[in-house]
Amino acid sequence: METTNPIPALDYETVIGLEVHAQLRTRSKMYCSCSSDYANAPPNTHVCPVCLGMPGVLPNINRQAVEYAMMTAQALNCSISQYTKFDRKNYPYPDLMKGYQISQYDQPVGLGGWLNIEVNQKIKRIGITRVHQEEDVAKLLHRDEGGMAYSLVDVNRSGVPLMEIVSEPDMRSAEEARAYLVKLHSILRYLGVSTANMEEGSFRCDANISIRPRGTDKLLAKVEVKNMNSFRAVFRALEYEGERQRKVLSQGGRLAQETRGWVEPEGKTVSQRSKEFAHDYRYFPEPDLPPITPSSAWVENVRAMLPELPEARFNRFVSQFGLPVYDANLLTENRETAEYYELLVSSDPEVSPKEISNWLVGAAAGILNTSGCDIIDFGRRVNPQNFTALVKLVSKAVINSGTGKVVLEEMFDSGKTAQTIINEKGLGQISDTSELETAAFEVIRDNPQAVADFKAGKAQAVKFMVGQLMRLSKGRANPNMASEIITRKLGEL
Amino acid sequence: MTHPEHLTIHEAHDLLKSKQISSVELTRSMLKRIESVDPKVKAFMTVTGDLALQQAAQADKKIAEGECGPLTGVPGVMKDVLCTKGVRTTCSSKMLEHFIPPYNATVIEKLYANGMVLLGKANMDEFAMGSSTENSAYFTTHNPWDLTRIPGGSSGGSAAAVAAGEGCFALGSDTGGSIRQPAGFCSITGLKPTYGRVSRYGLIAFASSLDQIGPMTKDVTDAAIVMNAISGRDERDSTSVDCPVPDFTRSLNKDIKGMRLGIPKEYFVEGMQPEVAAAMETAIAKLEELGASVERGVSLPSTPYALAVYYIIAPSEASANLARYDGVKYGFSFQGTDSMWEAMEKTRQFGFGPEVKRRIMLGTYALSAGYYDAYYLKAQKVRTLIRMEFDKAFEKYDALITPTSPTVPFKAGEKGDDPLAMYLSDVCTLPINIAGVPAISIPAGFASGLPIGMQIIAKPFAEETIFRIAHAYEQATGWQKMNPKV
Repeated sequence: METTNPIPALDYETVIGLEVHAQLRTRSKMYCSCSSDYANAPPNTHVCPVCLGMPGVLPNINRQAVEYAMMTAQALNCSISQYTKFDRKNYPYPDLMKGYQISQYDQPVGLGGWLNIEVNQKIKRIGITRVHQEEDVAKLLHRDEGGMAYSLVDVNRSGVPLMEIVSEPDMRSAEEARAYLVKLHSILRYLGVSTANMEEGSFRCDANISIRPRGTDKLLAKVEVKNMNSFRAVFRALEYEGERQRKVLSQGGRLAQETRGWVEPEGKTVSQRSKEFAHDYRYFPEPDLPPITPSSAWVENVRAMLPELPEARFNRFVSQFGLPVYDANLLTENRETAEYYELLVSSDPEVSPKEISNWLVGAAAGILNTSGCDIIDFGRRVNPQNFTALVKLVSKAVINSGTGKVVLEEMFDSGKTAQTIINEKGLGQISDTSELETAAFEVIRDNPQAVADFKAGKAQAVKFMVGQLMRLSKGRANPNMASEIITRKLGEL
Repeated sequence: MTHPEHLTIHEAHDLLKSKQISSVELTRSMLKRIESVDPKVKAFMTVTGDLALQQAAQADKKIAEGECGPLTGVPGVMKDVLCTKGVRTTCSSKMLEHFIPPYNATVIEKLYANGMVLLGKANMDEFAMGSSTENSAYFTTHNPWDLTRIPGGSSGGSAAAVAAGEGCFALGSDTGGSIRQPAGFCSITGLKPTYGRVSRYGLIAFASSLDQIGPMTKDVTDAAIVMNAISGRDERDSTSVDCPVPDFTRSLNKDIKGMRLGIPKEYFVEGMQPEVAAAMETAIAKLEELGASVERGVSLPSTPYALAVYYIIAPSEASANLARYDGVKYGFSFQGTDSMWEAMEKTRQFGFGPEVKRRIMLGTYALSAGYYDAYYLKAQKVRTLIRMEFDKAFEKYDALITPTSPTVPFKAGEKGDDPLAMYLSDVCTLPINIAGVPAISIPAGFASGLPIGMQIIAKPFAEETIFRIAHAYEQATGWQKMNPKV
């Protein structure tokens, strides 16, 4: 009889490795000339004999896709293989047109890299095992009509280029896993190699997670978690799964080597299949595609195409523009925002970079939030010169910052310049002393009580009267000057 | 024109060009010939009469406009493994009984562009797996020289059609001898080009690293003409090689004085029929007489392993290539099951014949986890050895001469129960595919009225050498002019 020993409450650590599949943003598919822009296409319109897996067809490598994988591998500090080949991964399923997927088995495009993540103000290096090339499968649409269940196949996605990025099991928490994904996502977007949209499925993540008594090397059963469709889902699923595994052990149970699916609405993982029935994919070299031996010139050309990556840009923003870490982080999160910011800064050297940052991460971010626009749309409507001109008008006290926000919204809606809007609406800040003195006279005349308070030594009375003056000027009065004039006039009484 | 059916391409071309015959007339007489002899020979899976006459009329128009290339208006037959747009392409399998490809193979495109008239699609062993056409899911083709015997395979329909005068020429495909062995058995000319010389796009794959398309013709000149039309790099086939395509007809009518020929002893195997050995001796003596210097007893020691290597690599690749036939997208689809998996299994159970299933199982086994290194990887290593031996031999010899097959064509049903005996009929041709080099089979005489083929092998992309030797031999012997009485 099998006995289960009560296991003392050990301190376990979580070990996580991630496999990310990213669709590559090439115009055509991986092995044929069909458009890979399938997202909004009617079913089965982006197909040809090749991606349909018709008898007699042959694959033809998309050079752009290989370059994108090489770029990614370089950005992730991998070494580029001097000899890389394709392999057939065999498994039958109706979404796999040829009955095998052309993938890469033992000689991928890139090997042995890393990226840095930051969790709790600590930088940690996560190893990248490999970057390899793959192709996507068709989409199955399962239908049930009055008890008649059937499935439809949409082949548009079949053969869309994919890249798989496999990490080392270097993450120790769901938080680290999320930070890794966010960082990787940001890098892919910076490179422009993938739309990397998790909801739309162009950026997918599977996780391998296991636990082990802290301080030991041996991992307990490895569990693969699938079906996580957002960064939040990855975080929640891995939090859950780590806890679940600890709980199983603390209750004296055994962990199974298995694949589990994240069920979002229920907030838990559910067993899908046991690894004992795992597929034997029978990999063998793809005889239809010759191996690729990238010349060093090609590798260097691709390296030269690499843009400045998030980390480098962050460091530069801090040193070159004197930005605080917080600002630099927000501004470099995506390439488009960072680029827009640099355009703003360079459009007028007289305006301080920090002030521009305030406007971009403040008022502009607010507009993006409420409008649902992205920074590219924003930049199209508010060109950099106009934006910087607005910031300058505020810093020169032509308008106050409250008015500035209103003007920015109007600029976003109408595309007009700040000056035009200020002129049209008469929004210019009043810094004319005689105009302000007249207004101060009126405020003092109409508020005898406040004057009395002032005389009784209540300092707030000045603030109140400045407020009244602002109201009178519909917010256009220069607040500093207003305060100065009121104080002076009260003193003269 | 008493026997238009036995016209070669170049003979037909001369008549078409000089307007002694129209393409429509030629095509009609070919169709008539098919009608009269094919019930006995059974070379055709599909006869495309209406299409052929349309294409012939178009060709006549071109000829009238003064545009008469070597293949314009010439009727040909395509092995049913080549995809023909709008024309049923079955691979002689139940799996593709009603399959009509939506595209043309590159070779078909090229032949159409050259003005060829398509007479029909030729029977074969199912998915090109076999050496006799007995593995066709539909019927066995008969050897026009003796209808009780098989024509060889897998391109047996193509070979029989050409031999029986049911077309001026044919295309076949060759994975381990499937062009050369039937060419030898039917006393015609069959070339397996260098791997990569001809685009495989549209050739329904059996074993991708071994398959090549090649001409099956009535003489060597015709083979050169067809090679001119179908060779060359194709963007759609990444394994096709960007190697200049010469005018192959320029290698004809040259003498072979001083050419160095090697006779590899391993190809004169145990179990070889004495008549074949004798015919080879006579043929070799003829080559010497023509001025070639012949060295006997050349050794390619890894040759005996070629068969084993072949029956690991070819089925392994086939097991993946044939995975797409699941009844979901095209072809045969078993209906009335409860589950998707059952439907897929039944489709394959009833769609494939026994030899195809045998090879899928062999390949699946060889690639399985734990066996890969011992079988597939080892086979690839031996493959490299075999290649190196050929490379070395070609440092010394311009060409190697062997029999195409160890025997004359055998009787239908004779080897039906013994797959290994059947596999052995390809021992002389298999190593050539393994090495990827080009080789031709040309008629080299008869034994009791049954054809014997001679194989000439050269180094990669040296088809010109092959044509030069083959043409000299052919002109000196005249075997190619013999026609069977059907």
